[in-house]
Amino acid sequence: MKDNVVFVQGNEAIVEAALYAGLNFFAGYPITPSTEIAELLSLRLPQKGGKFIQMEDELSSMCAIIGASLTGKKSMTATSGPGFSLKQEAIGFAVMTETPSVIVNVQRGGPSTGLPTSGSQGDVMQAKWGTHGEHAIITMTASNNQDAFAVTVDAFNLSETFRTPVILLFDEVVAHTRERLVIPKPDEIKVIQRLKTSVKEGTDYHPYLPREDGRLPMSDFGGVHRYNVTGLAHDMWGFPTTDSTTVYNLMHHLVDKIQGHTKEIARTKEYYLDDAECLLISYGSSARTALHVTEDRRLRGEKIGLLELQTLWPFPAEEVKKKCLNASCVIVVEMNMGQILHEVKKAIDDPEKVFLANQINGSFIKPSDVLNIIRIIQGRGA
Amino acid sequence: MAVKDYIREKFFPHIWCPGCGHGIIMGGLIRAIETLQKEKNDIVIVSGIGCSSRICGYLDFHTLHTIHGRALAFATGVKLSRPELTVIAPMGDGDAFAIGGNHLIHAARRNIDITAIIMNNNIYGMTGGQYSPSTGYGEFATTAPYSNIDHPFDFVNLAIGAGASFVARTTTYHVTSMIKIIEKAIMHHGFSVVEIMSQCPTYFGRKNKFASAVEMLKYYRDHTTPIGSKDKKNNPDLIERGIFIEKEMPEYCDEYDKIIKMASKGE
Amino acid sequence: MEKCRIIFSGSGGQGIITSAIILAEAATLHESLNAVQSQAYGPEARGGSSRSDVIISDKEIRYPKVIEPNILVCLTQAAYNEFASLIRPGGILLTDKFFVKHEKKVDARLVELDMHREVLKEIGRPIVFNICMLGAFIAITKLVKESSIMKVLEKRIPHGFLDMNKNALELGITMAPDLEL
Repeated sequence: MKDNVVFVQGNEAIVEAALYAGLNFFAGYPITPSTEIAELLSLRLPQKGGKFIQMEDELSSMCAIIGASLTGKKSMTATSGPGFSLKQEAIGFAVMTETPSVIVNVQRGGPSTGLPTSGSQGDVMQAKWGTHGEHAIITMTASNNQDAFAVTVDAFNLSETFRTPVILLFDEVVAHTRERLVIPKPDEIKVIQRLKTSVKEGTDYHPYLPREDGRLPMSDFGGVHRYNVTGLAHDMWGFPTTDSTTVYNLMHHLVDKIQGHTKEIARTKEYYLDDAECLLISYGSSARTALHVTEDRRLRGEKIGLLELQTLWPFPAEEVKKKCLNASCVIVVEMNMGQILHEVKKAIDDPEKVFLANQINGSFIKPSDVLNIIRIIQGRGA
Repeated sequence: MAVKDYIREKFFPHIWCPGCGHGIIMGGLIRAIETLQKEKNDIVIVSGIGCSSRICGYLDFHTLHTIHGRALAFATGVKLSRPELTVIAPMGDGDAFAIGGNHLIHAARRNIDITAIIMNNNIYGMTGGQYSPSTGYGEFATTAPYSNIDHPFDFVNLAIGAGASFVARTTTYHVTSMIKIIEKAIMHHGFSVVEIMSQCPTYFGRKNKFASAVEMLKYYRDHTTPIGSKDKKNNPDLIERGIFIEKEMPEYCDEYDKIIKMASKGE
Repeated sequence: MEKCRIIFSGSGGQGIITSAIILAEAATLHESLNAVQSQAYGPEARGGSSRSDVIISDKEIRYPKVIEPNILVCLTQAAYNEFASLIRPGGILLTDKFFVKHEKKVDARLVELDMHREVLKEIGRPIVFNICMLGAFIAITKLVKESSIMKVLEKRIPHGFLDMNKNALELGITMAPDLEL
C-alpha cells in the first residue's frame, strides 16, 4: 500500500483536493450532508497555518470567505440545499466584485428541508440562477472520489483565473460513498496562483480595468494599493456608478469572461461514444448508474455510450451538439425533473430524440430506472 | 497628515443630505486615525448598505462596501485571515441591529478585534424613512404613519449582553469626546461597539417635528449626559454617553493562533 | 472474481458501519481489489435499523449501492425482517442466534452463529461483537485475508484495544463453518 492511497468518503476527497489546491481559509455552518467537510477542515487547516471558522449562519460563512479572499487567501465554504439558498445573496456579491471563491453544495432532496440525508440533483438551475440579476457563473461536478478531487482543484484554478465564484455541485451519494482515492503528488495537477498586479506603489492601480485579455490582476487588501470594492455597479476604480456606458461594459465583461471561455472551462468524460446509437448524458452520482448501464448493455452487444458532464455551467452546448449528432436517441440521466434535459434539448437540432431517465423519490437512481426508459424507447415496454 | 489626506477627493461630492450627521462621524473617524498615526495601508473599512455604508468610498483605506447587514461577517473574514490589519466596520442602525443583528452579537461573543461603529440615525434613510430598530415607541416614520408601536433596542445594553469587551455611546454634538472614544475603541484589543447618535433631518427629523439639523444637535446636547452624572439621577430619562465597558478578554485571532500552534505540534 | 454485493444490517450502536468500512478498506488498500462502502444516514443511524452496503470487485465499481446482496448479515430481528427478502437467491445469510429468529423462508444458505454470547463469554466486552462477526464473515466468504483486516485495525484502533479486537476477530474465524462457495 502506498501512502498516497486512501479509502475515504467523497467529502474527505474534496477536503484533500482543496488543501492540495492551496486552501487557506474556510468558513461554514453545520448542515447535512456536507458537514464532514467542515469537521475535517477544522482539524486540517490549522495544521498548515490556515484558518477555519464556524460562523453564526450560512450567509455569514459566504461573506467571511469573500473577505478572506480579498486579503489574498484561497477560500472556500461548503453547504447543502437550504444553506445554498441562504448563501445566494453573497454569491452575487462575489460575482459582482469578481472575488475568487469556491462554494461546495452537497445536494440533498428539496425543496425546503426536504430529504436531508438523501441524494438529489435538484440545485442545477439554482447554481446558475440562484442569485438575482443577470450574470454568468462556473459550476462543476463529478461522480467519484478521484474525479471529485480533480474538479475541486480545477474549481480553485478556474476561480482564480476568471475571478469568479465557482460552485462545486456534488451530491449526497458522491459525498458519503467511501472508495479509493489516490492523492496526486505535488505538481502532478497544476495549481494556479492568483494573478497579482504589477502596478507599483504610488502608481494608480485600477482594480476593475480589465487587461487586453479580459483578465483583472488583483491587489490584496492590506497591500500597497488601496481601492474600493462594492456590490453596486462600479467603474474601473471600484466606485459606485450609474453611468449607462460603464454599467453596460461591466455587465458584458461579467458575462463574457465566462461565456466566452465555455470551451476552455468545459470538462467532459466519454465512454463508448464512437459507435453509440443510444447516447446517455449524465453527471454527478447519476453518471455512475449511467455508466453501470452502459457497460452492462455493451456486454450484451448494444451500441450504447455515455457522455459525462463535469462542467454544468457554462453549459458545453457545442460539444453536446457534436456528440449527439450520430445518436438515434439521447437519454439524460439525472435526479431531478429534467434540469439538464432542457439544456440538451436546446443544444441540439432534433430535440425530439432526447428523453429523460430520472429519479426524485430520495432513492439513488437505479440501473432499472434507466433500463426501463431504454426499453420504452426501443418499443419493448418497461 | 491633514484630514484631506485621508479622503478620496475624486469621489466627492458625497451623497449625504445637508445637515446629515454621518459626515461628522467620518470627520471624527479620520481625526481618531490621524491621532493614532496608523498607516493607511493597514486599515480596512468594511461597511454594509444604507447611508452609513457610503463612508467606504470616501475614505482612502482598503474599503469594502458589502451587503445589507453583513459588514461584520465580511470583516470577520478579513480580520481572521490578516489579524495584523486594523478593521473598522461602520454600520447603520438597521444594518447593524435589524438585518445584521445576528452577526453583531456573534462577533461580540467571539471578541474578534473589530471596531463596530453604529451610525444611529433612528431611521432607514436610504430607502426613504422607514422605522428602524432604534425608532422610539410613539415616533413616526413612513411605515409608521399612525405612530410606531415597536419598542427600540438599547444598543449599549444589547452589546454588553452579547459580550462585547468595549461598549460606548456618543453623539455627533459631542465631537471632541467622539474622537477620543473612537481612538480608544480602535486601540482596544477585542470587539468594540461605539454607538454614535447621528441626526437625519431629512427623514427622522421631518417626520418627528425637528425643525432642522441644528434642533436635533441641540436635542443630543440637552437629552444626553455623561455616564453616572448627577443630572442622570435627577432626570432618569437622560441618555447616558461615555464608555460603559472596557475590559480585557482573550481576543479571537490570538486564540486561533494558539489553535494553530497546538495543531502544528500534533502533525 | 465476481462482483460481491454485501449488506451489513443491525441496529445503531452495534458497529455495523464500522465493520463495513474496515472490510472495504482492507479490500481496497491491502488486497488490490476495488471496494465501495455507503450507509443509510439519518435517525436510523442512531437507534433504528441501520444498514451499510459494501461492494467488492476486481473491476471498477460504478453503481455504488447494493441491490440483491450476495451476502447479507443481520444482527437484529428488525433488520432481518426488513432486509432478508432482498437477498439474491442462493446467497449467504449470516445471523446471530441471540438476536435473530428465522421466521421467513429465505432462499439462501443460512449461517446462524452464537457470536454475541461467545463474545460475552470469551471476551466479556460486547463492543467487539462487530469484529467477531467480521471474523466469521471473512472466514466464510474468503473475500479478504485476516492479515488485511488486522492492518486496518492496527491503523484505526487505539493501541490499548488492539488485542481485544484481534481476539474477537479470531474468535469469529474459529466459529465459522466451512462453506462450499
